[in-house]
Formats: sequence, structure tokens, C-alpha cells
Amino acid sequence: MSTESMSIFSPQLAAKFDALVLKYPVKRSALIPMLLYAQDEIGYLSDAVIEEIADRLSITPLDVRNVATYYSMLRFRPVGKYNVQVCTNISCMLRGAYDIFEHFQDRLGIGHKGVTADGLFSLEEVECIGACCWAPAIQVNYDFHDELTNDKVDAVLATYKAKGATTNA
Amino acid sequence: MPRLVSHPDEVKIISRRFGMGAADIDRFVELGGYESAKKALAEGPEWIINEMKASGLRGRGGAGFPTGLKWSFVPKQSAKPKYVLVNGDESEPGTCKDHLIFLHDPHAVIEGTIIAGLAIGAKTGFIYLRGEYRYLIQIVEKAVADAYAKGFLGTNIFGSETEFQVIVQTGAGAYEVGEESALMESLEGKRGVPRIKPPFPAVVGLYGGPTVINNAETIASVPHILAMGGAAYAAVGSERNGGTRLFGLSGHIKNPGVYELPMGYNLKKMIYEVGGGILGGRTLKAVVPGGSSTPVLRPDEIDIGMDFDQVGKAGSMLGSGGVVVIDDQTCIVEFALRTISFYQHESCGWCIPCREGTDWLKKSLTRFHAGFGTMKDIDNIQYLAENMMGRTFCPLGDAAAMPTIGFVKKFRKEFEDHLNGKSCPYAKHVEVALV
Repeated sequence: MSTESMSIFSPQLAAKFDALVLKYPVKRSALIPMLLYAQDEIGYLSDAVIEEIADRLSITPLDVRNVATYYSMLRFRPVGKYNVQVCTNISCMLRGAYDIFEHFQDRLGIGHKGVTADGLFSLEEVECIGACCWAPAIQVNYDFHDELTNDKVDAVLATYKAKGATTNA
Repeated sequence: MPRLVSHPDEVKIISRRFGMGAADIDRFVELGGYESAKKALAEGPEWIINEMKASGLRGRGGAGFPTGLKWSFVPKQSAKPKYVLVNGDESEPGTCKDHLIFLHDPHAVIEGTIIAGLAIGAKTGFIYLRGEYRYLIQIVEKAVADAYAKGFLGTNIFGSETEFQVIVQTGAGAYEVGEESALMESLEGKRGVPRIKPPFPAVVGLYGGPTVINNAETIASVPHILAMGGAAYAAVGSERNGGTRLFGLSGHIKNPGVYELPMGYNLKKMIYEVGGGILGGRTLKAVVPGGSSTPVLRPDEIDIGMDFDQVGKAGSMLGSGGVVVIDDQTCIVEFALRTISFYQHESCGWCIPCREGTDWLKKSLTRFHAGFGTMKDIDNIQYLAENMMGRTFCPLGDAAAMPTIGFVKKFRKEFEDHLNGKSCPYAKHVEVALV
């Protein structure tokens, strides 16, 4: 599939995918980036996403699913607009990551893998995110926030709440 | 933005351009960037490999294999294209050094990739970053685009007849993909399960072609080595351990951060002087010297030089250089549980000893930490871990087993303190481990 009108993706993403499949010695190498970029736009890997990607790479939807289920960042159901990922691995744990995780749970009223009723936030406990020397650290979508305290958590949440109120995408 | 730190004992080679705006290509060139690539192009493969061998540089991913030797294993003639693969999947708990390299000096990675390509006769290099590092991927992608625009990459690099292309690839969340053959699978659009070895990547690697795969820090060291000369680089480090290393100090340390210190730098000094000692003036209980997979050291074992050989002799590993400091108010059983939970989560399930072993260790340690353990469990945990060793395609099984064995052997009393329904003597953190 290469014509934009047939794609479930935005014209920009469809064009990006058209280029991506030509970038590698083997077309299939585009699979994992495509899944992640598709998820960024659609929110999760819906059946339609999987079918279109399979079609673009001339592989079966089952083959796409088989690969997608391996990777922890790829998901098959929607999350909040702002997905809060709290690292609790060793370096963060030693610097109070579980307290930070608990504080997020209290503030958002949701637990691990929960989504707030308004769909603005979701919360996840995650493995090491590569910010060990600036622990405790989290990611909200792709943005890092480090050296957290409960006060800083409140400030981070307030920023995203304000951002969520001004954008309606 | 990750905070940069510094200490007078640092020898800044790889980190010398950190915080200087070197992600900008003009600034990078102003600071001497791409000169080593040009020199490598003029001098040729044999010179590059000889300099690399002389440098004593050993793989910074953790295995510590000599880089020059690794490059020399790639056959000169090959029917299939050869590749350079940069491993920026950095996921070992306690490790965040590549994070800073990509952030502050992405062109050093590109330049190192070009040089590795020239050394082995590859026309294409891949830089693979973990998916969580999206903002860093964008920085590296921009750097690559800028290098193309300047003619440093492309069909005629630096105005020569030589071609070299670089492709930046994103992962999507998988520790296992940091293992070299699993990374190749992932780059080929598959599940990141390891391949059996031999054949080794130098002979049959990415797309079946001869492949050199190096850690991002290893690759970023290369331009500096050619600039200062292999012998001068080797002289900075300790015996058979050339140069410097980006050590990440984390956990209960007063001044956490990434410090560039000579190989062989004393661990005790690193903790008490460079890192400023234990957080809150508390007492040291244990140190994980090189990322979560390396066996723990007791306070009486840390008066050692931090290089591959000396840490090995002390019964642990230098690993990724991620030094995790643990104070006396931490429960080692809980720490062991959090560590094994990670490996259980990340085991790809391909090899049964790893898949089942990590799961049973997590179950045993969860029960044990909750106060439902028996004396026999302590031996069983060690026995189970020992039986995972060397029985898997890739080292993840060992990476899970080694620290577990270390915790049981060196802190047996703490395990015993949890026996007979006694609650954990320390503050409890791990309520529900990751599912």
C-alpha cells in the first residue's frame, strides 16, 4: 500500500512509511520502527494498524503480532494521553522510586496499568529507563523527568494537566 | 535534562565535549571532530586496526573483549555485504552512560562508526538505540542528516571514492535486544531472541553478512584513540585495560553521576572521594560494581582497581561500569528480589533454564521476603541459580543467576533473618513486583 488515500495513517506518517520500507537492505527491518510510530499516532496497535503494516511489508498480520508482542513499549489497548512510566528498578528503588510510584497512585487514583476516567493520564511501573544517575526518574510519554520528589511529582502532574486542558488533540 | 558532574580525578577523553554544544556539527568540527575519520580514510584499514589493538580498548558493553581483535576477525573478502552495528540499547540497570554520549556528542558515535566501517570494509553502519530514548534518537538522526549534508556520509565521504551510509534504528522496549545476536534479529524485524554461536557475528551477522557489533561507548572512544594514538590511550589505563571508562555512580551515593575515570581506578576511592561517600552519612553495606548482572561486593572487597581483570579477580565483573551503592538500611533480600524480577520480566523465553529459572527465583524470593521461607529455600535459591549458568544461548540466564548467587553467598545472614515468619527487618518497598 502506498497511496495515501487508502491509509489509516496521516499523510505525513504514510509518506514516512513509504520511505522507511525502502531504507533497509531488507524491507522487514522497517517493522519495529513502523509499529512504534504507528502507535505514537493512533495510540495503540489496533487491528487496522496491524493489518496495514502487514500489508505494507508483505507479511501476515499474525507475523506482525508475533513480533509486536515481544516488545514492552508496544501495546494493544489505548492508554492515557499522558502515559506516566515510573522506573522502580534498583538505582531508582534505592532513591525512593516506590514512594514516588505510590504518590502517583494517590494523586491519580489509579494503579499499575490504570487509566484515569477522563483519559488524561495512565500509570505504569516500568523497568530501567537509563536514567540511573538521576534517580528517581520517570518518563511521561517520551519525556524524562528526573531527581523526583513528591513535590516535583505534583508540579509535573500540574504541567501536564494544564497542557491537556489547552490542547484537544 | 540529566545533570553533568565533574571531579578533579577525571580524565576526560570520551566526555571531553560533553556540555560544549557538540551535537551541532559545526561546533563538533570546530572541536576537532571528524579529523580522525579523515585520517583513518587516508591511512587505511591495517593502520586503524593496529592503533585499536595498541589502545587496549576492551568492549564497553560489559564483556570486555578487545575491540581491535574483534575487528580483525572480519574476513577481508565477503560475498555478502559487511556491516557495522552500534549497540545503543543501553538497558542494564545502573547504566546510563550512553544516554550522555548520544545527548552531548552524537557525532562521536557517527565518526566512530565510519572508522569501524573503514577498518572492516563495510559500506553501511546501523546505530540502534533503545525505543525509550526517543529524544536521543531525534538528536542522533539530526546529526546523521547533518553529516550527510556535509558529505561526511554518503557515496563519496570526505570527497573520496569511499561510500559509507548510516541508518539510525529505534528499538521498542527489550533488555534482551542488548545481546548482540538478539539485536540483529530485532534489526531484521523479528522478535529479539538470541542466535546460537558459532557462527559469530564477525562471520555471519546482520542479514547473514560479516558484522562488527560494538557498544556505543566503545564506538565513541574510537575517534579519540586515533587522535591521541593507540599507545597514548593505553597508557591512561591499567595493564591490559586501555584508556578510560564512563563510570555511573548511582544508588545511595552523595554525588551520583557519570564520571570518566582511568581504567583501574580504585573503587573505594571512587565511592568515597569521587562520589562523596554514602548518602546521608550512612554506612556502606554493598556495592554492585558493573550493572545489575554483576555479583555484589561487600565493603571489605572494594579496595580494588576498576578494570576487567581486577574486578574479575575479586569474583565479580566490571560489566557496564554502572556502580550501584547500597547503604546499611537496605534489605539485600528485597534488592535481590527486585533484581531477579527484572530478569524474569526481560527473559525472552527462548531458553528454558532462563525462562523457568528466573520465574522460580522470583517466586522463591517473593515468598522468602514475605517471611514464608525455610532454611532449605536459601540453598535451593543458590542451587537453582547455579544450574542456570552456561545453559542458555545468550548471557541473560547468567546475568540473572550470577547476582543471585552473590547475594545468597555474601549475605546469607540477611536471608536467615527473614526465616520463621519474621517480618523483614528493613523498610519494605517491593509490594507487587512487575507483572
